[in-house]
Amino acid sequence: MNGHLDLKDFREKLRSWLEQNCPEEMRDGAAGDDSICWGGKNWNFTSPAQKTWLDRCAEQGLTVPTWPKAFGGAGLSRDQEKIFHEEMRRLNARTPLQSFGIWMLGPALLQFGTEEQKLRYLPPIARGEVRWCQGYSEPGAGSDLAGLQTKCEDKGDHWLVNGQKVWTSYADKADWIFALVRTDRDAPKHKGISFVLIDMESKGVTTRPIRLISGASPFCETFFDDVQVPKDQVVGTVNRGWDVAKYLLTHEREMISAGGALMGGGRALGAVLKESETGLSDPIQLSEAMRLEVDSLAFELTLERFKDQAESGQGVGDASAMLKYMGTELNKRRLEMVMAAAGSDALDWNDGRAPNWLRTKANSIEGGTSEVMLSIVSKRVLGLPG
Amino acid sequence: MTKLVRTEEETLLADAARGFLGDAAPVSHLRALRDKGETQDSDLWAQMAQMGWAGVLVPETCGGSEMGHAAAGVLAEEMGKTLVTSPFLSTAVIAATALKQVANDRSKESLKQIAQGTMTYALAIDESSKFQPDGTALAAHREGNGFRLEGQKRFVVDGGTSDRVLVLARTGDDKSLTLFDIPFDRSGVSRVARPMIDSRDAVDVIFDRVEATGDDILGSVDDAMTVLKPALEAGQAALAAEMAGLASGAFEMTVTYLKERKQFGVPIGAFQALQHRAAHLWCETEVTTTAILHAGRKLDEDPGNATLAVSLAKARAIQTAQLAVREGVQMHGGIGMTDAFDMGFYMKRARVAAEWLGDYGYHAAQVAKLRGF
Ligand SMILES: Cc1cc2nc3c(=O)[nH]c(=O)nc-3n(C[C@H](O)[C@H](O)[C@H](O)COP(=O)(O)OP(=O)(O)OC[C@H]3O[C@@H](n4cnc5c(N)ncnc54)[C@H](O)[C@@H]3O)c2cc1C
Repeated sequence: MNGHLDLKDFREKLRSWLEQNCPEEMRDGAAGDDSICWGGKNWNFTSPAQKTWLDRCAEQGLTVPTWPKAFGGAGLSRDQEKIFHEEMRRLNARTPLQSFGIWMLGPALLQFGTEEQKLRYLPPIARGEVRWCQGYSEPGAGSDLAGLQTKCEDKGDHWLVNGQKVWTSYADKADWIFALVRTDRDAPKHKGISFVLIDMESKGVTTRPIRLISGASPFCETFFDDVQVPKDQVVGTVNRGWDVAKYLLTHEREMISAGGALMGGGRALGAVLKESETGLSDPIQLSEAMRLEVDSLAFELTLERFKDQAESGQGVGDASAMLKYMGTELNKRRLEMVMAAAGSDALDWNDGRAPNWLRTKANSIEGGTSEVMLSIVSKRVLGLPG
Repeated sequence: MTKLVRTEEETLLADAARGFLGDAAPVSHLRALRDKGETQDSDLWAQMAQMGWAGVLVPETCGGSEMGHAAAGVLAEEMGKTLVTSPFLSTAVIAATALKQVANDRSKESLKQIAQGTMTYALAIDESSKFQPDGTALAAHREGNGFRLEGQKRFVVDGGTSDRVLVLARTGDDKSLTLFDIPFDRSGVSRVARPMIDSRDAVDVIFDRVEATGDDILGSVDDAMTVLKPALEAGQAALAAEMAGLASGAFEMTVTYLKERKQFGVPIGAFQALQHRAAHLWCETEVTTTAILHAGRKLDEDPGNATLAVSLAKARAIQTAQLAVREGVQMHGGIGMTDAFDMGFYMKRARVAAEWLGDYGYHAAQVAKLRGF
């Protein structure tokens, strides 16, 4: 009862804070890719309102609502977080800041970082001052990530890094990179990896953008030539970086699976169909849309269930592979349907739907492919041999 | 709403049910009944009543255990795992929910008897090959102070073995429907057995100028839905839970077989083609599990707005159960096709349960309608 009242009180206070502080221009929801605020040293705010909104939220810890206050968060419980999202949606407010720091590195540092590392790296993420990218994949190490070869040698007072990463999203825009490197070449492949933090301004780091089928070039090749890294920039134990990497991947997968609603604009499929010229009259489209609606609703509830489960102490664990697989496959179906409903209208490059549709094809590749997710489920959940 | 994770009580209930049914009603129990030409085991139902299952939705004031819809879902799911045949859905879920909407002495008396396990019910809606309550043609003509029921009902599940029947009848030329509560031994009521593929009880019921009075009406004349809608939704949610249980029962058998059966010198579960299909199936069952629990919670906590949740659960359960049994047979190879092996029972029950109380198309259309299609 008491908790209930507290939540009511929390909602009222939050609502009036949001109404007073969210600039009008920031009340257009997640309008599209260009409305995202990624932050970072070189970030060009798309409007003064975007900056005001970020600064005001950061001051309250609301860019990372569930992180502890000491590290830039608001320390919200799961119930409070739910209310926060509901109230944000009510105002149709934009997410003030999105970043790999928030989704991936933050949770890993909270779990594996030293107190000093947390104090040094987390608050700048929360304030949107430092932008991070993820250096996992290499030309020879994709699904078989643990086969990575980027070399990291102990030179006494520093580490020396040499090698190449690929598909590094936003490497050309990021300030720092969290990377997996090989610190022991003789150990079994999972046991010689470390998780290091590298300043992209370090001497010897270069990037080269790669163009995607959607026309955008958000990712890069990243090269390390004799890059010196201070000793205190390893997270977790040296040669045990795989533990950190896996933990982080769990968060990445949850983030990607939850991104479904975002990519489709979160709109009910019925509305999408009604706007199209064939409307609800094409039996094939209608039946696919109905099936998709059933599956999407049940999936959204499943995301809720796993959040509830995580909160009540039962971890999500390997089920994150299920969420990633189901969420990304649904998202691909959704955009296929959007394209089919729109017909030739959506074929114009400037229309926006085609790039979105093409982008969704990466969902079931990035962060571990659908096939890899199914293998994780078969081995770790079902205990199948081999 | 209560969280979408099972509460401690729900977990305990599931464990207890699994323990009991594992001994009292494994699949071999259904097989034995079928081989004897029977569809129900009255001793089993008496035991279930003793454990409070028959009264799962009956108010404590009428001697019930009043555990609620989420709990009824937990029980139905466990029954689904071993294909338990019992009057649970027709009587303890559907009839009890209908009777609860009416607060008169007669309905209270019926609820008491349901909880004790001494009265069973069937629900008679269908007249064509599909579930379509609005299309009801069976007529209840006004005659003197009462009515005469004339017409025929099909696919009346549990109708061959139960004491009473809830029958939906047309009382006006417009859309007026009325729900009657009639004993099967009333003069003019006759039943024709329909041997079903799932080896359970279903009959056609013929109403030949059957006399009924105002006392036989459940709820008000020309207003069946106030009583029937909650009863149908409770039944659909519990049936969805049964189907989810059925899917996980079939799935467990399949995964076990993947680990045991050897070909080419290795367990067949080492083949990635099978691993990925099994993994996909597991993912589908997880998503369906959510929809089931969510429907139970909605019925308990916000029953006036549960239609979307219930139809979502039934649609998902149908899709998943059918996938589970198709994959179940295929991954067992030849043995999956034999009557001596249990998988066929799962496949046949899934087909019947998919049709009962609305098929995939019916429930997906409900979802679409409520989501603005
Ligand atoms: C848009 C986008 C953004 C990305 N961003 C980043 C990033 O920021 N940082 C980063 O480090 N990486 C990033 N990646 C890389 C991504 O993680 C890899 O592409 C992914 O892990 C797959 O590796 P690969 O491309 O080498 O494909 P491969 O591993 O070569 O896979 C090719 C095909 O073989 C299948 N396959 C492979 N192994 C098996 C197996 N054992 N069983 C069955 N099938 C198998 C795969 O499923 C796939 O279909 C990004 C990728 C994309 C598309």
